[in-house]
Amino acid sequence: MAGPMRIRATEEGGLTTVRVLMAHPMETGLRRGPDGAPIPAQYITNVEATHNGRTVLSGVWGPAVSQNPFMAFKFRGATKGQRVSVRWTDNRGATRTDEAAIT
Amino acid sequence: MISTRRTVLQATGAMATLVALGIVTAQQAHAAGRPGFEARTLQDALRAIGGAAATSDQISIVSPDIAENGAVVPVTVISRLPKSTEMFVLVERNPLPLTAAFTIPEGTEAEIQTRLRMGESSNIVAVVRADGRLFSAVKETKVTLGGCGG
Repeated sequence: MAGPMRIRATEEGGLTTVRVLMAHPMETGLRRGPDGAPIPAQYITNVEATHNGRTVLSGVWGPAVSQNPFMAFKFRGATKGQRVSVRWTDNRGATRTDEAAIT
Repeated sequence: MISTRRTVLQATGAMATLVALGIVTAQQAHAAGRPGFEARTLQDALRAIGGAAATSDQISIVSPDIAENGAVVPVTVISRLPKSTEMFVLVERNPLPLTAAFTIPEGTEAEIQTRLRMGESSNIVAVVRADGRLFSAVKETKVTLGGCGG
């Protein structure tokens, strides 16, 4: 489940565009397995992107964000070569942080 | 205020104890500090976010008119309102309408792209907190579930 995030960050004209693809089942908790038993909820509840230790985006999610969540946003103040870090936390307390260089 | 009490309880770890004792359900504990995410109607979710939002043509929702796969619906929300600090995305007919809430720090564009699950054809509602006030926009996305579509 906790596979690496794919993060692409590109800067142009002072604006850095960040695209993140996370690996996560985003189980809503509303589905039932083949035996009829409910599949427990397992979904990302918090996301945070940082640059130079400063938060450039944060999100609180419910279970209706799609499986293997995709997120894209843009921010100013970064330059090529610097790094953007993204961290997610799920409802079970699992967490993952990945980062990428801005190209 | 209930959300403040829950936030304090969760912060001190007392909520975990209450869940273990069966006094608070796991869902209630999880909902603490997440206003609106446990709401089952659009109106309750909007109330939890902060109440009535004036319709604004400065908020754009980009989503398919018809989505073939309700499990993965691309949605972009763009706000041209000055001082947009928060953006909320709701799917009116989902069991839990509030889907995502983003905080936009200074220097970050008020434009977020993501992919949502939609249980059925529904209005997508975007609410933006700009300069402390709430504004909203609505776009309908129809969902064809399975089959050949159309």
